[in-house]
This record gives sequence, structure tokens and C-alpha cells, in this order.
Amino acid sequence: MVMGVKVMEANVEARPTVRVPAPTLEAESAPEARELKLSATDVNLWYGQKQALFDVNLNIFDRSVTALIGPSGCGKSTFLRCLNRMNDTIEGCRMTGKILLDGEDINARDVDPVQLRARVGMVFQKPNPFPKSIFENVAYAPRIHGLCKSKADLEEVVVKSLQRAGLYEEVKDRLDEPGTGLSGGQQQRLCIARAISVNPEVLLMDEPCSALDPIATARIETLIDELKKTFCIVIVTHSMQQAARVSQRTAFFHLGKLVEVDDTVKIFTNPADTRTQDYVTGRFG
Amino acid sequence: MMDKQHEHIVRSYEEELSLLNNNIAKMGGLAEQVLGQAIDALERRDPELAAATINEDEAIDALEREIEEQAVVMIAKRQPMAFDLRQIMASLRIANDLERIGDLGKNIAKRAVAVVAEQQPKALMLGLKHMGELSLAQLKEVLDAFIERDADRALKVWYKDEEIDAMYNSLFRELLTYMMEDPRNIGLCTHLLFGAKNIERIGDHATNIAETVYYLVHGAAITDQRPKGDTTSSTPVPLKRSAG
Repeated sequence: MVMGVKVMEANVEARPTVRVPAPTLEAESAPEARELKLSATDVNLWYGQKQALFDVNLNIFDRSVTALIGPSGCGKSTFLRCLNRMNDTIEGCRMTGKILLDGEDINARDVDPVQLRARVGMVFQKPNPFPKSIFENVAYAPRIHGLCKSKADLEEVVVKSLQRAGLYEEVKDRLDEPGTGLSGGQQQRLCIARAISVNPEVLLMDEPCSALDPIATARIETLIDELKKTFCIVIVTHSMQQAARVSQRTAFFHLGKLVEVDDTVKIFTNPADTRTQDYVTGRFG
Repeated sequence: MMDKQHEHIVRSYEEELSLLNNNIAKMGGLAEQVLGQAIDALERRDPELAAATINEDEAIDALEREIEEQAVVMIAKRQPMAFDLRQIMASLRIANDLERIGDLGKNIAKRAVAVVAEQQPKALMLGLKHMGELSLAQLKEVLDAFIERDADRALKVWYKDEEIDAMYNSLFRELLTYMMEDPRNIGLCTHLLFGAKNIERIGDHATNIAETVYYLVHGAAITDQRPKGDTTSSTPVPLKRSAG
């Protein structure tokens, strides 16, 4: 609308409205500030005859948290498991498309999935510590990957991992007790310590708090905030509020398709797609 | 206009949102009534209508408190997202603007009582009435835009406020002239000037609501710049100095 009319003779001043800069779309928002870590291109996946993912294209950035949300069965966990080839072990599972980690195809023939998983660690829904001592739970992976030269080295890695997972203070006097004896929240932090003990680059979390009480959940979320300074984190969560709290980017999946991906603030205040809107506001019909 | 929203899975959430919406509509209706009556009372020099209008503002204040409470409980209980979140934030803001409109209307009614005995120049009263009608129309229009979730209608209200500002400017000048002509006019004219200023403020609150409606629908603020027409704050008052 053109405002050509000058009113009266004096100052036509702009009304001091508070202007929130409209959240920019992915392509426009300072790409140089974001370092691409993982990128999925045209990912399709089948479990036997049933197609679970359809043409998923998603970029995941380093040192930030990307949340995958969507109703049960939408493919978000399936997609998460593609990122460290956890689907390899599922019979009848077939994938097409490309997933690049730092520009390298993770499904290339010469990539050892065990080595890949050392770079792309995972934390599951239910805390699943090994039936071993707290120390051994964390020491296991660095040992089999031969990361430590001496026992002192190994001890240092264990202590450091437990510290970074925010668990050390609570367990330092009982490192030789079984990990399964800890509370649920402590077990989950133990699993996170275990996952980060091999110094991965990416941390995948599949509903890491859904079996935890609110206080343990708050601890894990604080931890995620801390860990995102060094890791690329991808989290699957059913809690919209959790996604809104911990992530910087959110991807909404529905019926095996990636419906919308954008900055988290945008997804939860002004999503572009009506399906996203319906889902985040609890209107899915 | 917005796409038709699906209903929430949780029915009580849906009910709470529509209750909130109804309360805004109710509050808007009351604010319109207070403003309309206040202008009538001033024009017709009707102290009874003015007194009734002053009392009605209480109901607006009560509704504002109720809306605030509802919004707070809903934020705590539902953790609203996206359009719902914007609806609740918008309700809070609009309730705030409507409460101010109620207060300004009440103030006009009070002035109507104060000037009941004064001789009122017709032309001035006509100008004031006209300005009041325009701001009332703006208020009605923006409330309809809210109910309909119609950002385009809200935007029209936003641009139209300039007309009220222009009317206020000319009324301001006229009142100055009357006051300069005869100091006995100063009492009445000051009341009328405040009345006009109140109406001008009501117009501003209507544009605030228009901005809120726009935000509610689009999730972003209006980025265009609205020219501000009220220039009276920088208008000099020529003082006549008698020689000697």
C-alpha cells in the first residue's frame, strides 16, 4: 500500500511498533554460521514390502541440536537409525539414497559400521547399561576401540566421560558397583557417558527421557545443552516441549515423509505447513 | 483469512480456547458500548447516561482479570504451541488494549458530567462526535477482524487511524482558537480537548489490536511503516502579547 499523503505539515514519524524480524527460511539464514555435519539425500527405506521413509532430504548441522518430531510410526526413529546404520541388522530392511557424514557416504562399501558407530554414538529410550560395573560400562568401548594406551589413560577417559555426563560426583565412590543398580536417570546418564567415551562426533538420542521422571529429564536436558557445544546432536522426542527447549532445528515427520524442517522457534510459533501446525498444537485428526 | 482449524484432540482445550475468544468478544462489545455512550452523553449533555457509562467500565476491568487468569492457567496447563500460543498471547494483549479503551471512554463520560452546564459550540461538538464515531467504527471493525481472524481487515483499520489523527489535529487547532478568543471558553475547551485526545488514544489502541490480529494470523509483525498523523505535540501555541 502506498502512503503518498503527507499529513498536516509536520513530522510524519514512523509509529514505533516493535518489529520482530520474521524468522528466515532455511536457505536464507546465514549458512556460513552453520557447519554441515550430516546430510541425507533422497532417502527411501523399506521394511520388506512396506515403505517406511519417502524421499527424505535433511541437512544436520554441527554443534547444535536437531529434533525429529512426529506421531508414532512416522519414521523419525527409522531415520535416526539410518544415521549410524543401525538398520543394517534388521532383516528385510533396504535403503536407497545417500547419507553423508562430513561429505563421506556412510553406506560406502569400505565403511566399517563399528567404526562408524564410534563416530556416531547412540543413546536409547530405555537406559540399557551393560550388566557390568559403572567403570566397565564406560571403559568398554574405549578399550575395544583401542583408544587408551595405559590403565591410567583409561581411568582418565572414564572419569572425564562420567564428568561430562554429569554423573561423576554421584558415583565416584562406587565405580565398581553394577551400573544396573543406579536409578533410571543415573543409568541414562551412564549410557550417555558410555556413548561419549569414544569421543564421537555425532550423538543420536532416541527418546532419551521418555522413561525418566521430570527431574532426571531436566538433568539430561541440561546435559544436552552442555554437549551441543562439542557434538552434533540429533534427538527423537515425543515431547514437543522438550524439542522446543533443547533443539535449535526441528524436523517434522509424518507418514514416512519429512513435512517441514526449520528453526525450532519457527516450527513452534509459526510453522509453514498445516500438518505441522496440527501436530504441534495437538489437533491431529 | 485463516484456513479452518481442525479441532484439538483434547476437547476441554478446545472449550477453553473458545471461552477465551468469547470473553474477548464480550469485552470488546462492552468497550464499544462505553465509548458510544460516553460520546452520546457528552453530545446530549446527559449526566445520567454519563453516570451509567462510568459504572459500566467496572465490568470491563473484571473481564480483563478473568481473561488474564484464563490465559495464565492455559499456558501452564496446555503449554500452547504455534497458532494456539499466538491466540493466547493475542487475547492478553487485546484485553489490555480494551481495558485502556474502557478507561478512556469512562474518562470522556466523566468530562461529560463536568461540562453539562456549559454552553457548547455546535461546530466543535459536531467535530468531536464525528471523531468519536470514527474511532467507534474502527473499534468495531478491528474486533470483527479478530473474530474472523482476518488480517486484511485489521490492516485496513491500521491504515485508517490516520484519519482520526487528522481530525484530532484540526479539532486541536479549533479549540485553541476558541480559547484564545475568550478565556471563559478555556474550562469547556480543556475538557473537550482531553475528550478528543482520549478518542485519539482509543484509535491508537484500535491500531494496536489491528497489529495483534495481524500477528495472530501471520505469526509476524506488520513491517510496513504507518504514518503518524498526530502532530499536535509539536504544534506551537501562539501567545498573543498585548502591547505595553
